[in-house]
Amino acid sequence: MIPPSFDYEAPASLEEAIAILGKNPEAKILAGGQSLIALMKLRLASPAVLVDINRIEGLGYIKEEDGWLRIGAMTRESDLDTSDLVREKYPLLADTTRVIADPLVRNLSTLGGNLAHADPANDHPATMLAYGAELVATGPKGERIIPVGDFFTGPFETSLAQDEILTEIRIPSPNGSSGGAYQKLERKVGDFATAAVAAQVKLGEKGVVEQVGIGLTNVGLTPIKATAAEESLQGKEANEAAISEAAQLASEAAEPEADPRGSVEFKRALVKTLTHRAIKTAVGRAQGGK
Amino acid sequence: MSNHHIRVTVNGDVQEADVDARLLLVHFIREDLNLTGTHIGCDTSHCGACTVLVNGTAIKSCTYFAVQADGAEVSTVEGLAQNGDLHPIQEGFREMHGLQCGFCTPGMMIASIALLEQNPNPTEDEIRWGISGNLCRCTGYINIVKAVQYAAEKMQE
Repeated sequence: MIPPSFDYEAPASLEEAIAILGKNPEAKILAGGQSLIALMKLRLASPAVLVDINRIEGLGYIKEEDGWLRIGAMTRESDLDTSDLVREKYPLLADTTRVIADPLVRNLSTLGGNLAHADPANDHPATMLAYGAELVATGPKGERIIPVGDFFTGPFETSLAQDEILTEIRIPSPNGSSGGAYQKLERKVGDFATAAVAAQVKLGEKGVVEQVGIGLTNVGLTPIKATAAEESLQGKEANEAAISEAAQLASEAAEPEADPRGSVEFKRALVKTLTHRAIKTAVGRAQGGK
Repeated sequence: MSNHHIRVTVNGDVQEADVDARLLLVHFIREDLNLTGTHIGCDTSHCGACTVLVNGTAIKSCTYFAVQADGAEVSTVEGLAQNGDLHPIQEGFREMHGLQCGFCTPGMMIASIALLEQNPNPTEDEIRWGISGNLCRCTGYINIVKAVQYAAEKMQE
């Protein structure tokens, strides 16, 4: 399959890239390309201009600073997967990156691309909702910070302006007894999630849940933050009854559609099971388990 | 439509060409360079038959534009054997019956080489994980795993 023709630009700086985007309303950013090129080959996307940001230096990094894990938007999934820092302190992110596509696709695909593409079937959006991440957009007037809750405005739509580039993702560094987990059911390696659930918890004294974030993948037109489930768990001891109640509320927050991956009923039941497992694993990890 | 002059080193040989931006790397390799060992299978980045190394990283060349490889070093299956001697991974596939129809084999071998580069002594699970982006419809993977194990041993000698 051959994509439609387009003009190709490979700027060496962010400023240049932003200027090209500003001048071309039909331009798209090429990051890892693992979603966009596939869509172009299927002729579901036909950007007039492709702005390849792979040649801009300094957009790929993973570092802790000022209470945040700061990740450059062009960081590849494979780099997240092999990062000791991510593995040791950010198990939810480590879980998520490992189940995206397959190892060869992960060598190219980027965290920023996964978020900015805003496919409701993508995995990082739910994870970032659970973390309460902040996204840094760089445009002609400089940087602005977008709370992840304001980022996804519809299927394949975000609050990024045409001349803005997602440049950094900031995840609050965990403190105290924190843990997270991502649970995904996929039919086979490389498939999108039938459903998936991200959970991040912080435990206070006596195992009481101080903070909790729960995000749902591919059971709605956008990733869903399961706020009722979060509220029900907050302030409670993370026991079986409390986790089950949160799992039930998360399944009620899901708005799945029937497709070849399953019926609405199946997907709701799946969200309940995956939420239960994700919270349980997250709590176990917060208590020092694996 | 935009044309771009690219310079790519493929299996050690410098190749220069003027390419349309939309030309996929796999088409450049197969049709412009006549290196047809890199296969097109699903053409949707699932099957891995088109796997090549770009600057040492295994990627699916059906989901990558040739222009993106400007300045890069690309390795394909044709570059594995040196002076008539098979690469250990090729030897492994031959010795352990790692193929039947052979369509997935070039991609499997390139993905395996990248895996062994990162992890010279992988467990069976790690091998299966490493080739999980490459589909084989004949073997059931058992002999492919053995072929990779053979190569791992051979490369550590």
